[in-house]
Amino acid sequence: MISMKQCELLVVGAGPAGLGAAIEAARLGVSVLLIDENDTAGGQLFKQIHKFFGSKEHYAGTRGFQIGQALLREASALGVEVMLNARAVGLLDDGSVAVQYGKDLIQIQASKLILATGAKENAITFPGWTLPGVMTAGAAQTFSNVYDTLVGKNILMVGSGNVGLIVSYQLMQAGAHIKGLVEVLPAISGYGVHAGKIKRAGVPIWTKHTVLEAKGKRRVEEVVIGEVDDQRKPVYGTQKTLEVDTILLAVGLTPRVELASMAGCRLGVERILGGHLPVHNQEMLSTKDSVYVCGDLAGVEEANTALDEGRLAGTAAAEALGYSDAKTADKKRCLVEGLHDLRMGTFGEKRLDCKSRVIEKWSCV
Amino acid sequence: MGNKKEHPIVDFVETELVQVTVDGKPLWVSEGKPIAAALLQAGIDVFRFTEKRKAPRSLFCGIGQCNDCVMVVDGIPNVRTCVTRVQAGMVIETQMGLGKLGDINETM
Ligand SMILES: Cc1cc2nc3c(=O)[nH]c(=O)nc-3n(C[C@H](O)[C@H](O)[C@H](O)COP(=O)(O)OP(=O)(O)OC[C@H]3O[C@@H](n4cnc5c(N)ncnc54)[C@H](O)[C@@H]3O)c2cc1C
Ligand code: FES
Repeated sequence: MISMKQCELLVVGAGPAGLGAAIEAARLGVSVLLIDENDTAGGQLFKQIHKFFGSKEHYAGTRGFQIGQALLREASALGVEVMLNARAVGLLDDGSVAVQYGKDLIQIQASKLILATGAKENAITFPGWTLPGVMTAGAAQTFSNVYDTLVGKNILMVGSGNVGLIVSYQLMQAGAHIKGLVEVLPAISGYGVHAGKIKRAGVPIWTKHTVLEAKGKRRVEEVVIGEVDDQRKPVYGTQKTLEVDTILLAVGLTPRVELASMAGCRLGVERILGGHLPVHNQEMLSTKDSVYVCGDLAGVEEANTALDEGRLAGTAAAEALGYSDAKTADKKRCLVEGLHDLRMGTFGEKRLDCKSRVIEKWSCV
Repeated sequence: MGNKKEHPIVDFVETELVQVTVDGKPLWVSEGKPIAAALLQAGIDVFRFTEKRKAPRSLFCGIGQCNDCVMVVDGIPNVRTCVTRVQAGMVIETQMGLGKLGDINETM
């Protein structure tokens, strides 16, 4: 059955970015509909059980899932209509969004659209990679932290970025044995704080190593790892076989650009931010004047940047709809400056460069 | 892979146990968990076999994006078990190949 629905602002994706956007727009008086394909809101935040660091505005010291719950309460209190189990499946010619809601199809007509669809996890392939027991790190994290289910007992983690490090640590807390982490680069790629916890627990992190093969009949029983040279080619004779039942892939994220691309938003490529992403201006407006983008979709970063990009997009969209108050200009400026500050330091600076290039590309369109 | 002990950080709410049928055998599982989680806890880790090579498949993305975890649930094939929650009386079956609508036992 097809039914119609109208709203001033439709936000797709209820992670930190989408929640931030919905909250700020609703605060200014916009009627907001926030949809998410999952049966709980919060996006990736719902599987984060560690305390976040940063500032008070970014809920430092609070655990990820609690941040998600707090944002959801705030959104509801401001009158945001939240629709779960609702997946945006496409855009129609008239600019309305087709949403699959259970067995129904709903056509949503909105004056402005904010896309906050997040990112998907990457995979790498190797002989045996389709065996049961090989999966993304996020799958293991979700199952352990949200569903109280360990996906394995003896685990090899592939990748030493923050996701690889944090998920390894969380699975250890839940009782799994992490045999080690392999990292193809010459150095650990995540934050020192997270790596420190792993190393103190005696878990080896093999840099310049990769996974060569997963072996097993009905599920993973062994994994072969080996050293790589500067061209990332395996070095003969360095293979090691480990007894594991699970291999987790934490090899980066890619923005989920399908809807943005369907909407006609111009895409750019920034490898450090995850690959293809919709180019946007400083206030998160895409190259389409009714479509804003924010969070991991606009470049994979972290929950705090996603939240603030969302807040900025929500504020800008509200303003474009004619809703603003004396503090709106100031608010936007603070958010822009805040995002700049979040991108300082050794890890942030590269992202800052990329973001500047994205904004520059927008102005050339 | 079995249930774990007390989690150091998260307070998991115990839900009621309900009975489902997995490949013809009765199984008690926690209500409201995704089917995939309930099966993994019971030590069942192969969810389907592929059409051509008959290769086993299981959980992969855990959030409904990849379709690797599909099984036949109440006669309907290609149900994503990582995002479909357990209900009392569900009939869950290992999916062979692409699955066919309605033939609950013939696919076995
Ligand atoms: C496994 C994993 C671990 C991570 N760990 C951390 C961490 O510890 N700390 C940190 O700061 N960051 C972490 N991140 C990064 C994380 O992605 C960001 O922190 C943040 O969650 C991004 O927010 P977002 O709102 O942009 O996207 P998300 O949180 O991913 O939210 C996007 C939401 O949109 C929904 N959606 C997408 N497409 C549609 C559609 N078509 N229709 C309806 N709904 C849709 C998705 O299901 C999802 O709920 C992690 C990421 C992953 C994948
Ligand atoms: S594991 Fe990917 S859809 Fe279920």
